[in-house]
Amino acid sequence: MTAYLPSLETIAALVKIGLLVGGLMTAAAYLVLLERWIAAWVQDRRGPNRVGIPLTKIRLFGLGQPLADGLKIILKEDFTPKHVDKVLYNAAPLVILAASLAIFAAIPFGSVLPPLNIPGLPDPVPFLVAPGLDVGVLWVFALSSIAVYGVLLGGWASNNKYGFLGGLRSSAQLVAYEIPLGLGLLGVVLAAGSLKLDAIMNAQAQSGVWYAFAQPLGFLVFMVASFAEAARLPFDLPEAEQELVGGYHTEYSGIKLLLFLVSEFLHMITAAFLIVIMFLGGWHLWGVTGAGQEVTWAGALLRFGVLSAKILAVIVFFMLVRWSWPRFRFDQLMSLAWKVMLPLGLANLVTVAAVEEFRPQLVAALGESWATCAAIAAPWAVFFVGWIASGILTPSGTDNRPILTHGPLDIEHELLHGTSEHELAGTR
Amino acid sequence: MKPSDPGITWLEEKPLGLTERLYLPLFLQGLTTTARHMVSPKVTVNFPEQRPAVGNPLIYRGVHRLNRDDEGRVKCVACFLCATACPAHCIDIVATESPWPDREKYPESFQIDELRCIFCGMCEEACPVDAIELTSLLDLTGKSREEMIFDKEKLLSVYDMTKDAEPMKSASLGGTL
Repeated sequence: MTAYLPSLETIAALVKIGLLVGGLMTAAAYLVLLERWIAAWVQDRRGPNRVGIPLTKIRLFGLGQPLADGLKIILKEDFTPKHVDKVLYNAAPLVILAASLAIFAAIPFGSVLPPLNIPGLPDPVPFLVAPGLDVGVLWVFALSSIAVYGVLLGGWASNNKYGFLGGLRSSAQLVAYEIPLGLGLLGVVLAAGSLKLDAIMNAQAQSGVWYAFAQPLGFLVFMVASFAEAARLPFDLPEAEQELVGGYHTEYSGIKLLLFLVSEFLHMITAAFLIVIMFLGGWHLWGVTGAGQEVTWAGALLRFGVLSAKILAVIVFFMLVRWSWPRFRFDQLMSLAWKVMLPLGLANLVTVAAVEEFRPQLVAALGESWATCAAIAAPWAVFFVGWIASGILTPSGTDNRPILTHGPLDIEHELLHGTSEHELAGTR
Repeated sequence: MKPSDPGITWLEEKPLGLTERLYLPLFLQGLTTTARHMVSPKVTVNFPEQRPAVGNPLIYRGVHRLNRDDEGRVKCVACFLCATACPAHCIDIVATESPWPDREKYPESFQIDELRCIFCGMCEEACPVDAIELTSLLDLTGKSREEMIFDKEKLLSVYDMTKDAEPMKSASLGGTL
């Protein structure tokens, strides 16, 4: 009798999946608490600080809140309205959650483990579920597009005006912002010469220059676009409460709503991971983590800690921005994507391509260190020129409010003296 | 008011300057405000342990009380002015002949439905003898609707409970005693 034994690599992958999914779900639950805390602190309130360890009086600053929140929403009635398309309605939350979790197969969550010397397991073991995946970035982007599909399905299958509008807005927004997102990404891929996210981190660690410094314009464009992709304020039009009730998840309740909300937080975590990995050096920190592939256990944990701290900082920034900036109007959103972010992304791409192309000549002409300085200075010059140009031209500042040639004073004049001389008053 | 009224100043929205059109400076300004508020002192309190500060107890409108006079009798003369003034119709008085020589009537029963009350303070305004007053007690709770209908004894006990912390308002506000 020959039993099928999974290979050690499979077991290692399963262990990593278990750790990652468990970690992500816990992180999403605690990010809800963090979001509520930050919302409260920004508004001079105290925030949730009551729930501690269940059945005791210990409060722990409210760290038990995620448990209470989770229990509450799971135990709530899962109501399905009669007018929905049952199959798609039930499929949508699963699609979006599966897609947002599967993204993490290609995202490294640390550096590498020190050699374990287990026969059959290639050393060193990377903090990555699918280490052999050569198209990591493409995988991430393909799956984040599938997640949009879940939003659309949810909005459409709900057979509800608000849900439909939310899904519609979401599709237009995500299609528009995937282009600047891709352009920001292309610059990084050009500079690093690889589509693997761990290779991109290693390239930044080797050179010591994070891509946020080498490609400021790309960083800006990517950052703005990932806010839009994660549908966070100021780009949260798909679920603008004031206009659309709940947007695409208006008709959802109970555990299905929970799946939507968790995957929204997973989107934010993904965006923070991508920003940190591609632009903020990943696990690298000068003089602390080292840059090589040989690490001790302490070093591996330190790199994991540095990466997590950076990701947490980016997420806190996401949450602070939520309370700093009002939501864009839909036409402003679109013109920001197509008229500002797209040209800026192209400018960044051209600059990076030129710098990478002429780097050997620069090194030959100026020497290694001056060439690096020039390679950093040129994108910064482009950044300032592009920024000021977009400010002067204000393509996103279009004001399409009606131009009133017929003010309150004219109306008063008409009321007092009959029709005024403005025969065409009220037209633009 | 007409649009051409001299009291109205019509303003045009100012065009954006370059700093505003560059967007990021304004964004940083907003972010600074947000960050400053995040660490600034909180305005809310941890309620059951800490009590919120009541501004001026003389003008605060909390739970009602029925004042007693110097001899410990209820001051109310059952004139029904408070019940008439009450917009929520939450005051129910049963008057009877007074056993004391200084007034004709006194309330045999005096009930306030605290759940119906809107805490507008009209009863307090209307009372000619300053018998009904609103205290600064703000956490009014109960386990049933019946419990929230305060009768005369309950209202008098509110006075006994609060008289030291909050003397009768009429004297400090220059009213009758």
